[in-house]
Amino acid sequence: MCDTCGCGQPDQPASIRKPGNPVSHTHIHEHTHHHGDMEHTHPHEHLHEHPHPHEPGQDPDHAHHFHDANHEHSHGTQIMVGQDLLAKNNLRAERNRGYFEARHITAINLVSSPGSGKTSLLEKTILALQNKISFFIIEGDQQTMLDADRIHQTGAPVIQINTGNGCHLDAMMVNKAVKELDPTDHSLLLIENVGNLVCPSLFDLGESKRVVIMSTTEGEDKPLKYPNMFRTSHLCVINKTDLLPYVDFQTEKARQYALRVNPHLEFIELSVKSGEGLDLWYKWLQVNRS
Amino acid sequence: MHELSLAMNIIEIAAEEQHKAGSGTILSVELEVGTLSGVVIDALEFALEVSVKGTVLEHARIELHPIEAEASCNQCSHVFRVGDLFTSCPRCQSYDTRLVRGHELRFRSLTME
Repeated sequence: MCDTCGCGQPDQPASIRKPGNPVSHTHIHEHTHHHGDMEHTHPHEHLHEHPHPHEPGQDPDHAHHFHDANHEHSHGTQIMVGQDLLAKNNLRAERNRGYFEARHITAINLVSSPGSGKTSLLEKTILALQNKISFFIIEGDQQTMLDADRIHQTGAPVIQINTGNGCHLDAMMVNKAVKELDPTDHSLLLIENVGNLVCPSLFDLGESKRVVIMSTTEGEDKPLKYPNMFRTSHLCVINKTDLLPYVDFQTEKARQYALRVNPHLEFIELSVKSGEGLDLWYKWLQVNRS
Repeated sequence: MHELSLAMNIIEIAAEEQHKAGSGTILSVELEVGTLSGVVIDALEFALEVSVKGTVLEHARIELHPIEAEASCNQCSHVFRVGDLFTSCPRCQSYDTRLVRGHELRFRSLTME
């Protein structure tokens, strides 16, 4: 794990690449670097080491104290900060959003667990609509250029962000990737996030719409298990409907669960393989373009 | 492991505040973590423990304050405590609710020597 940002191994930093280009090792986080005296060791007294679940009804003012190096009674000057821990990412995301708006670029953040069919959906969409819409694609994966190479075959400009061991894209990575990709005015920027239903939900990229994709080979209880992602999405695409006769997936149940988490969520059921429902997705994309 | 990214943000904010204050040792910091913020408090504690070494927070006492989640019903305006994002309003049973507390991820304060 990168000891500066936790985004991957120091020797495997997040990198941005275009198909056919050699590896460029750009470390795309911004950090303040702190170099302390690393040979100076301190015993640390950990006041709480047991698991500590928080149930509703528990005293909300109960605090966890740890990493206490004998400063039990601090008599210093208190400075109120009140800053959101995600403020930097949110600020960067708003910068991205402003840039996209000014240039009439519609940015869509596609999130899902691995294997739901995000890349296949993108391939099919680009091939179907590229005469009407200029597509630009950002692919996010921990490793490999495989997805970017697939998109490259369609002819759409694509850039791959490899996060190393990182579990999500953030606004800074997208900012750098957009500078490299240089999408044209009025284009549609599709950002395929790292396949993960947990971490990407916290990180605004500056997108105008977030689309969560689930497939009929997954459990219909995904929205309840990963509520943050469904809560923050605008559209839920249910893919692989061609497999419905062979799997136990109950579409109506999945919709109900998702609506409990997010009553405003829209749905499109489709099969990238058979083409069923794709017209609804194409229409949604056209309607939601800025 | 987005908790590790957050731990790095916490250290960064602390370093900036220390710089603004001129100098001095940071004795303690207070953080607020909503119970439905998407962050596991134990994971954040662990991430901080491993990442503060060699930083301005190496010797600081870190207090994590959980903020209990409350939702407000968009249909009948009833406010109630929630432990998840899919509890219906106990008064009118609607799922159309919004979180009014419990999504916080905030650096509340720090105390300088």
